[in-house]
Amino acid sequence: MSNKINHSMSLAQPDALNITNTQKIALAIGVVGLFILALALFNTNFPNKGLFLTLSLGAIFGGVILYSRSAYLTKLEGIKNDGVWFKSISSRGVLGWMLGVLLTTFYIVLYFFPTYLGLGTNGEANSGLIGFFDPLSQLLSGRDASQWFVYGVLYTVAILAFGYKFLLKYRHNRYQQLRTGSVMFFQLGFAFLIPEFMYVMNNDLPYYDLKSIWPLNYYIFDEWSVKGFLSTGNIGIALLLFGLLSIFVITPILTYKYGKRWYCSWVCGCGGLAETAGDSFRQLSSKKMYAWKIERWLIHTVLVFSIVMTVAMVYSYLGYEKNDFWLTRGVFISLVIGLLTVVFAAVMYFKRQELGKDAKMGAIGYAVVIALLLIMHYTGTTDHLFYIKAGALRSAYGLYIGSIFSGVIGTGFYPILGNRSWCRFGCPMAAILGFQQRLFSKFRITTNGGQCISCGNCSNSCEMGIDVRAYAQKGENIVRSSCVGCGICSAVCPRGVLKLENDSMKGRINPTEVLLGNDVDLMDLLNNK
Amino acid sequence: MEHIAIIGNGISGVTLARHIRKNSDKKITIISGETEYFFSRTALMYIYMGHMKFEHTQPYENWFWEKNRIELKQGFVKQVDTDTKTLHFAEGDTLQYDKLVIATGSKPNKFGWPGQDLEGVMGMYHKQDLENLEKYAPNKDVCKRAVIVGGGLIGIEMAEMLNSRGIPVTFLVREDSFWNGVLPSGESEMINRHIKNHHIDLRLSTNLKEIVSDADGKVKSIIIEETGEEIPCNVVGLTAGVAPNIDFLRESDIEIGRGVKVNRFLETNLPDIYAIGDCAEQHEAIGNRRPIEAVWYTGRMMGEVLAQTICGNKMEYKPGHWFNSAKFLDIEYQTYGWVFSDRNKSEFEAHFHWKHTDDTKCITVAYHKDTNTFLGINTFGIRMRHEVFDRWLTENRDVDYVMNHLAEANFDPEFYSKFETEILNAYTNQLQTI
Repeated sequence: MSNKINHSMSLAQPDALNITNTQKIALAIGVVGLFILALALFNTNFPNKGLFLTLSLGAIFGGVILYSRSAYLTKLEGIKNDGVWFKSISSRGVLGWMLGVLLTTFYIVLYFFPTYLGLGTNGEANSGLIGFFDPLSQLLSGRDASQWFVYGVLYTVAILAFGYKFLLKYRHNRYQQLRTGSVMFFQLGFAFLIPEFMYVMNNDLPYYDLKSIWPLNYYIFDEWSVKGFLSTGNIGIALLLFGLLSIFVITPILTYKYGKRWYCSWVCGCGGLAETAGDSFRQLSSKKMYAWKIERWLIHTVLVFSIVMTVAMVYSYLGYEKNDFWLTRGVFISLVIGLLTVVFAAVMYFKRQELGKDAKMGAIGYAVVIALLLIMHYTGTTDHLFYIKAGALRSAYGLYIGSIFSGVIGTGFYPILGNRSWCRFGCPMAAILGFQQRLFSKFRITTNGGQCISCGNCSNSCEMGIDVRAYAQKGENIVRSSCVGCGICSAVCPRGVLKLENDSMKGRINPTEVLLGNDVDLMDLLNNK
Repeated sequence: MEHIAIIGNGISGVTLARHIRKNSDKKITIISGETEYFFSRTALMYIYMGHMKFEHTQPYENWFWEKNRIELKQGFVKQVDTDTKTLHFAEGDTLQYDKLVIATGSKPNKFGWPGQDLEGVMGMYHKQDLENLEKYAPNKDVCKRAVIVGGGLIGIEMAEMLNSRGIPVTFLVREDSFWNGVLPSGESEMINRHIKNHHIDLRLSTNLKEIVSDADGKVKSIIIEETGEEIPCNVVGLTAGVAPNIDFLRESDIEIGRGVKVNRFLETNLPDIYAIGDCAEQHEAIGNRRPIEAVWYTGRMMGEVLAQTICGNKMEYKPGHWFNSAKFLDIEYQTYGWVFSDRNKSEFEAHFHWKHTDDTKCITVAYHKDTNTFLGINTFGIRMRHEVFDRWLTENRDVDYVMNHLAEANFDPEFYSKFETEILNAYTNQLQTI
């Protein structure tokens, strides 16, 4: 059965049918804003770049704001998902594919051919799109723009504008309001403005987005970065220490108390974009069993890769002699192996039962990492690790994971794979946080007794591809490493079945055979056997 | 190997099959004429509204059935020969069974209105009804107005569906306030206002007289009984309740009333034949429940229980405390225990009612006016914990205890405004004025 409103071949009709005149005007305004950017890209010589840049970004903001107000404020508060599977753009239709290709192309050019965007090389001035952003960059930090500055501005504009849209869409839901306010704040402040101001204060500091934590921030321990920190005195050392604290202290504590959502859907920039600009695509993530199998392999492989890469990276610039610096190669390798062993042993000791068959996989993974590190230590030379040039691993990681996976596929494929495909299949940070969330956290999504009607709204709206319904209809709490705690499953549930909570560890995972509401004897018989 | 044939692939039949499989190695066949795979009937509305596609309403992936050795047979059972234990299908083939479970659910009521079988007249129960609606009401150009007859849960869902595509809806409700045979008046009236806020043309105390045909046998308009007013429309939704879907059993030896008559063990008058879900009718009602319970949850519970009996652990159907839920457009509704409407409540049942000033949240707490025992709660726009109310009902808490501990039962998302203090104040004040 086809549920499409109409079966015409027209590209525009399915969407245009349902939008109001105000929305058409809003779209036009937004398109004008984008068109100015396109003109800049093709080296149009604007008389006053600052003015036109303001106009362009203003038009994009204005278009999204006007569109959203017309879409949501004209209706009563409530769930606003009407037609998402009919609209071409949000149901992998022609518009969806076109947008996907456009975004993917943009990322490829951004990462690999920034000169096409007008990046000046060899001391030349910027031109094109990047040159168009020079006035704003000059205003903020007194230097010319780079492709990363342009990307940062557009990224921030997207999160703020679509964040506003999301705020209107969920204006009845305080959790969604606060969460969205939070990602908008962290993007604008921490990812965008603060690094610019830090540069103004001390232009030797490496770019550091304070909320971006290793291993998501895979370059923080690169030689240039660490040297940058160490050479800028106390503030640099403080920042480096903060980076280490974030990994080993702040993250575990917050994840224990609140689950990985404190990061993934409240703070993180990737999450921020996914939750705002990507919100229209959340239903596209696959909930099939095979997708889950791919996910588990892929994300943990990336995690292993990122750990080994980072260790090798640091290892490559450490010395052999204690006299130069206390942290020698030998000490460093021993520390890493020690830490991994402590984590592994603790998990096996406390959580062996919960892991079941996965314990074997965990043990294999652990052995692989340790073996790799030992091989590296005993076969490595001054400039070769794993028999390849020391920097090669890092370059490969930066290229395949940092650029292609997180950017080109992760964001470019929003309209095809859903808005969290990077977070779900690739992010090593999400893997670590998820590992802890599954085993050592108070967070869960509680299922409300026997109230589930298996309608599937929760699963449909899960951007991480969790089949939420499979748990809810069994009366079982959802404790999954991949859950980012966005809370949309709970919001769209028509029967009030799901609630994100931090509660005690005891009874957190509660599989049931027979749901609440039935014969008490039967429930005792089956649920406690 | 014993062969269990289950007619009907809804929540009752599927729950039963899953539990039989967990406990035994019996051969299981689920028969359905409606769809190949189990889907959640309650989610049909979301397909029309574009929130989901049909495949998203299927709780199990298609490989699930083969993996669990549950055979699926598509076909309509025309006749049941209980002597030879044979099912005869409309398609001409047959199937032998050792034990038969009837779980065929409901069908929409039609009360003999003139024109009730015209093109464009439909219920909203089966997947085929949805396909019909898609055909006759794809958008507001093809369907200039729809009229819905019957003010229950399906009626309001259908109004919401059509509303989502901008199709004007006239909603005929026989009662003088929406669903007030079930809801106390304060709640019912709040929902009336909510319906009107959605620009749905709600007509209370209004009955359908007849549906008028155009020259091609399609709906042209309806005529209202009370006023004789003619309302032009292209679609008529008949949502005046449901009845057991058991016509195919009328020629058989299985005892039927409105539904298939069953005892507390869900057994029919004949050995090895059982009935569960919407189509089962208890000889005597259980507690305050109706003899026929057409509710998702009770269907599931009967499936859970009967699986035990079929697997050799004979067990009586003893549902626990009543609970239910629904959603009226944007307002969620949950109920735990018994809260009766003004029309149906006993003389000992007293109510405390609180409503938020925004007119989208309210609760009604029912208690015994002599003993103060808590009887039940209806909540609108505030989520409550099933487990907590189930426990309080088992513990026979009094109403003061419940009102003072209401915060423990709150199930709203984090950071939502809490109303327990306001509710408690209202409760205390009301007691003082009495």
